[in-house]
Amino acid sequence: MLDKSAQAYWKRNIRVILGCLAVWFIVSYGFGILLVDVLNNIRFFGFKLGFWFAQQGSIYTFIVLIIFYAWKMNRLDEEFDVHEQ
Amino acid sequence: MDVQLLTYIFVGASFALYIGIAIWSRAGSTKDFYVAGGGVHPAANGMATAADWMSAASFISMAGLIAYLGYDASVYLMGWTGGYVMLAMLLAPYLRKFGKFTVPDFIGDRYYSNVARTVAVICVIFVSFTYVAGQMRGTGIVFARFLEVDVNVGVVIGMVIVFFYAVLGGMKGITYTQVAQYCVLITAFIVPAVFLSIMMTGHVLPQTGLGATFVDAAGNDSGQYILDRLDGLLEELGITPYTDGSQPMINVFFITAALMCGTAGLPHVIVRFFTVPRVRDARISAGWALIFIALLYTTAPAVGVFARTNIIDTVNNTAYEEMPSWFKSWETVGLIGWLDKNGDGAVQMGPKAPFEGKPEFAEDGSVGEHGERVVTNAPVEGDAEVYIDRDIIVLANPEIGGLPAWVVALMAAGGVAAALSTAAGLLLVISAAISHDLIKKQINPNLSEKGELLAARSAAAVAVVVAGYFGINPPGFVAQVVAFAFGLAASSFFPAILLGIFDKRMNREGAIVGMVTGLTFTFSYIVYTKFINPDPSIWWFGISPEGIGTLGMIFHFIIAYVVSRATKAPPEEIQELVESVRVPRGAGEATAH
Repeated sequence: MLDKSAQAYWKRNIRVILGCLAVWFIVSYGFGILLVDVLNNIRFFGFKLGFWFAQQGSIYTFIVLIIFYAWKMNRLDEEFDVHEQ
Repeated sequence: MDVQLLTYIFVGASFALYIGIAIWSRAGSTKDFYVAGGGVHPAANGMATAADWMSAASFISMAGLIAYLGYDASVYLMGWTGGYVMLAMLLAPYLRKFGKFTVPDFIGDRYYSNVARTVAVICVIFVSFTYVAGQMRGTGIVFARFLEVDVNVGVVIGMVIVFFYAVLGGMKGITYTQVAQYCVLITAFIVPAVFLSIMMTGHVLPQTGLGATFVDAAGNDSGQYILDRLDGLLEELGITPYTDGSQPMINVFFITAALMCGTAGLPHVIVRFFTVPRVRDARISAGWALIFIALLYTTAPAVGVFARTNIIDTVNNTAYEEMPSWFKSWETVGLIGWLDKNGDGAVQMGPKAPFEGKPEFAEDGSVGEHGERVVTNAPVEGDAEVYIDRDIIVLANPEIGGLPAWVVALMAAGGVAAALSTAAGLLLVISAAISHDLIKKQINPNLSEKGELLAARSAAAVAVVVAGYFGINPPGFVAQVVAFAFGLAASSFFPAILLGIFDKRMNREGAIVGMVTGLTFTFSYIVYTKFINPDPSIWWFGISPEGIGTLGMIFHFIIAYVVSRATKAPPEEIQELVESVRVPRGAGEATAH
């Protein structure tokens, strides 16, 4: 069975994932689809903001999210001493 | 030098490069063959994943698709990139820790069942063949366009090349050829896009050019944003503005979700993350992959807008005799057709199609009053007079931008690279499913390492031939690759793997029933709505076949949960296995078998 620390590690991992996926959902499904008409009233350079999120902004955010997750998990791995030698 | 000769040189040189890499990196063991020895650098793997991922369709057709769909095409842009976020967080690191060769391997071991393994194998083979047949066809089409050979000859040339490096090099050969192929295809895509962006907006980066003001041919800044200009041009023609959607929101939502989960669940993508040395590499490798993919996916919308604006500006209400040369050269190829309905000698555009279907020309080669090829299709009511194939958006870019001949040659090499890299990745997944999951794991467990390697090579060889056959004689289902491949991956693999990692209580019964439910439901819906009764008014809640995988996935989750809770918990050692994949330490020690 897992010891306490491994369970705590897994819980922290889930929390990080949920945080990242919340942002992931908001920029794509939220800004790019559900709220697109509202955001399209706002100008972002030459773009309507909703359109920009749907075709550009969400993709940039996805990249940042993955890099953040990889960085955060590397730190968590070491904090809980489960990192690979 | 003429374009034809340059194209032969570019494509020939790229082939020599791929074959050279294949010989240098040929596989010596099954581990080399299935997962490139597990020692690929995360950035190299990211690049290989990007090449694996971006098919001939991404390269040739996507910008054109976006150009014609406008906002509605966002489902593809978000769907085919957002899946990598899930891959990085929900699947890749744990599957890497698990440390086996294939997706059916994980399903079979995690659910302690050869039935589950076999369901996964069948699904892998169906999904991958659907996908690969389109790629072989794509190779043939690229050859036909650029080298003026028959499409079928092109398919055979593609088969020979893939045969050589996939059969010889396995995953190891594929990985490093894919790195080279990525470099070729991205250069070929970006170079014309940059020139077009400078021409239309004065911006070097297409991504910022898309939000900039339009600069006319004389170099004067119009002060009008290019997107506003395109919206205006389309409105004048009676077409929905570019930045507005025309699809119901629920359908957009479902298609995006199906593409995202499908991306994360596609076996040829997942297996790439088995090739990196450590769990932490698997996480960041998904980031690298997305960066390399995003280079193309954020450029494509800009290319779409630039090209469409330029085409409307150039073509609409222009007399046929004054058309630029690209218009006539693509008319010669049959991708443009003009029917002068109002007899004014000028070309008009409009909201509807000019005539039914793709242009068919008078067989005697006769020309009309203005020198145009005579179109014989039945006209459609309305003002529109011109058919412009979507694929032109990318293919004609170099000519529209007035770029030198070597750029056209580079495009040909890029298109072939995109098709070959995806085909090779898929063929490998098929061969691994057969040699490893069927033969080694079920039919003949005593098979030696050498015997398995031979079986893998033979399976790859057979798969190349079958894929080539489908490429030459494409069955109807191949055209529905988006619906089938992504829908089935989203409704079968994605939930089964996710539950296998995140739900320790998930057992054999739940997984099998869940997979079969997801598969059967999604498959039946697609077949019924695409082939038996292709009438959008019967779609459930307005969900198109492309988006139905999401509903199949939801059914899978619900049914798997209910069945697993009603049946016996998985054995102790399986629960320990789940716990072990959740922590990174020890991944290096995980052996093949």
